[in-house]
Amino acid sequence: MSVGIVMLVHTALARAEQVARHWSAAGCPLVIHADVSVPNKTFRAFREALSDLPDVRFSRRHRCEWGTWGLVAASQAASQIMLDEFPKVRHVYLASGSCLPLRPVEELIDYLAERPQTDFIESATTADVPWTIGGLDAERFTLRFPFSWRRHRYLFDKYVALQRTLRLRRRIPPGIVPHMGSQWWCLTRQTLSAILSDPERATYDRYFSKVWIPDEAYFQTLARQYSRRIESRSLTLSKFDYQGKPHIFYDDHLQLLRRSDCFVARKIWPRANRLYDAFLTDAAHAMKKTEPNPGKIDRIFAKAVERRTRGRPGLYMQSRFPVETRENGLTSAQYSMFQGFTELFENFEPWLARATGTRVHGHIFAPERAEFCDDQTVMNGALSDSAALRDYNPHAFLASLIWNTRGERQCFQFGPCDNQAINWDIAKDPNAQISVISGAWAVTLFQSNRNFADIRREAARLQQIESKHLEILRSSWTKARVRIWTMAEFIEAPMEPLQTIIDEIGAQQTTRGIAEAPKMADLTGFGQFLQNLKNQGMHPYLMGNFPVAHSPHAPQAGKRKPYLVR
Amino acid sequence: MSFVQSYRMRLRRKHAKARAFRKHFALRPVVDRTGQIRPGHILLFSTMRDEHVRLPYFLEYYRGLGVDHFLIVDNESSDGGGDYLADQPDVSLWHTRGSYRRSRFGVDWLNWLQARYGHGHWTLVVDPDELFIYPFCDTRPIGALTDWLDGSNVRSFGAMLLDMYPKGRLDSVPYRRGQDPIEIASWFDPGNYMIEKNRKYGNLWIQGGPRARVFFQDMPKKAPALNKIPLVKWHRRYAYISSTHMLLPRGLNLVYDEWGGETASGVLLHAKFLDTFTHKAEEEMERRQHYRASIEYKAYMENLRDTPELWCKWSEKYINWRQLEILGLMSKGNWA
Repeated sequence: MSVGIVMLVHTALARAEQVARHWSAAGCPLVIHADVSVPNKTFRAFREALSDLPDVRFSRRHRCEWGTWGLVAASQAASQIMLDEFPKVRHVYLASGSCLPLRPVEELIDYLAERPQTDFIESATTADVPWTIGGLDAERFTLRFPFSWRRHRYLFDKYVALQRTLRLRRRIPPGIVPHMGSQWWCLTRQTLSAILSDPERATYDRYFSKVWIPDEAYFQTLARQYSRRIESRSLTLSKFDYQGKPHIFYDDHLQLLRRSDCFVARKIWPRANRLYDAFLTDAAHAMKKTEPNPGKIDRIFAKAVERRTRGRPGLYMQSRFPVETRENGLTSAQYSMFQGFTELFENFEPWLARATGTRVHGHIFAPERAEFCDDQTVMNGALSDSAALRDYNPHAFLASLIWNTRGERQCFQFGPCDNQAINWDIAKDPNAQISVISGAWAVTLFQSNRNFADIRREAARLQQIESKHLEILRSSWTKARVRIWTMAEFIEAPMEPLQTIIDEIGAQQTTRGIAEAPKMADLTGFGQFLQNLKNQGMHPYLMGNFPVAHSPHAPQAGKRKPYLVR
Repeated sequence: MSFVQSYRMRLRRKHAKARAFRKHFALRPVVDRTGQIRPGHILLFSTMRDEHVRLPYFLEYYRGLGVDHFLIVDNESSDGGGDYLADQPDVSLWHTRGSYRRSRFGVDWLNWLQARYGHGHWTLVVDPDELFIYPFCDTRPIGALTDWLDGSNVRSFGAMLLDMYPKGRLDSVPYRRGQDPIEIASWFDPGNYMIEKNRKYGNLWIQGGPRARVFFQDMPKKAPALNKIPLVKWHRRYAYISSTHMLLPRGLNLVYDEWGGETASGVLLHAKFLDTFTHKAEEEMERRQHYRASIEYKAYMENLRDTPELWCKWSEKYINWRQLEILGLMSKGNWA
């Protein structure tokens, strides 16, 4: 009997009894502490049930609320009994009623027998670890915490703030350096008895009883005073979520726990029958050893914390609906928006799809319907092309489109004729790549067969809409990568901007440059068209400077060779 | 939130409680087995009418999850469903002739029963055509979820309504008694949902899915709400305000995270669109006992006459909860 178990129980006493029997069967003496909150009747029955076991003692009951001194007091009292009554015990293992031994107890006994002088206690200085909950690390040793964090959070926070403002500090008793770590330890008789019979113990107890979460600091700090060899890790597998609450293990964790290299796991759901059946068995029936792979457990629980605190970027759903600025990504992936390109180039969409291998949509915010690629009426995720549904919540529409097509870059067209309600959302989205040829909407009017009065009115309207949009794109809140050219600027040398855009999209085949250019619309007479608008008192300025009068022999932008090969 | 607003909410809650009290006189106990209820039991509350064909699977499914007792209001079933329920060992049954609409679609009746029997219990409020899915529901009983919620100091758990539909005409495959309805209605819309926050009550208002896509594409505002909070650690002071979409006090509606993270959530598979639907829709049109004078049913009837299909190329076939979690329709949160 070289290992003694100190067991703290508060609920699920039937399970605690089962585990106690398992420890006892391997010859480990036990000292059990039951929380005061356990009703007397239940406690007596529990005690009665264990009366047939030889080396079981019960210690005086304390109230063990999370993060309070009671847990330390209970461990102290129970450890004292253990040391006094079982002189042969060399290591004392602190466990709880919901702990489950994962490996045969004999293995633990042998393991500890080989390391008779080693204390297994996770113990680190506050400066070195990021575990802390509630933003308190060093301060948990220098402030006072009379209010419960769980029940009186408001008072707790206010009192901490007050102490910070008034710069109230507690003095740390001389000679000790605060350390903290997992509350589940395994200490040698030498270390533990030195802590318990320290002449300064009254001072330490008084100090730690006001420290926040003393059960993670008391033994962890004092062991540093006496231990000859500390191995700073816990033999108990215990994972904590972002609130400092232990993760619970269920039946479906069986394979995972088998691959853990820890001796004991905490905490187990009391009704996880499969786990209790699988692990509480004698060595002969114990499962075949599997290659330990504790990293997998770490990953699963680290991911759970990550999911709870940061979530999946760009996902809006029933349990993730971030307020503005906390989205961690307005959308889930990068996408490109083109304005004025389909007007200027006759075959821009198929050309872009060919050049980049992305999904190229038409004007998905068009007034009649969302023009998805290939004329589909429904897109990935069963997203409808109905304009009414889309305009009902344009942001949800865009976020869904990008989310539903994860793994495939989306490109779409936009223009002043489209629903402008989405402008701010896209401008503020770092995932957006926005390319605008300003004033290109005039090409459609130029080619249209409408009365000039209508054209003039329409041109004025579109120019106003686009200039408002450009104002947004140029504002200081814009996070998208925005490129704006005037039309005149763009047709001077169209290949260069196109190459830049496509390089940024990161398409497969662009290392050699674009093989072909899209075909530009015939702009013969466009300059005159703009002049006519001006003559009618409407001043088109977004397209830049075009030659006022068109002469058939002058070099003209629209006359550029439609296909360029670099 | 100002004091005045808080007080207004309190009055609204009191009003709901008063209605529940008033409407409870219309309830007549048929079989009262509530004496079987023990502390810690998980209780299911439901109201139903002419759902006999669905009941065997409904009970089997929720017993399998670990529901301990069913408290059901039978609103004048004429198909023998009431007698069937009365024979079940773990069902307590009430009968009423009251108006479904004027008891605010059953909410008043259930609010009263929940206050009376649900206090201190985890209560699940679902319709007979809703199957509750939560993270790990294939390996962990519902007690694991409620224990975990208790441990995390969470009082309510959200589960969005996910409309399930068959491939092809709704009436092409008849539903047999005791059959898993998801075998027939196994398709759903994976990614066309729209969310807004209800500033007044603090809950999210979710619309979308096949009903918005097919029936309400020209009047999306009228599309049915899909947000639900079916699982609540009940206190006698709580009250559902509008179906199980929202509750008072408002804190219970905060089943989502606003700071970028995800809380755990589930899904209610809504197996409404079976072959029984067309018949039901005709009947409900006549009774006019449903929300907004049965506008929903009106829209369904008009559309189903010419295109009786909800399925589309991008519909997804249901596999399990993990699939829904990957699609982003529900989340494990920090439950692992």
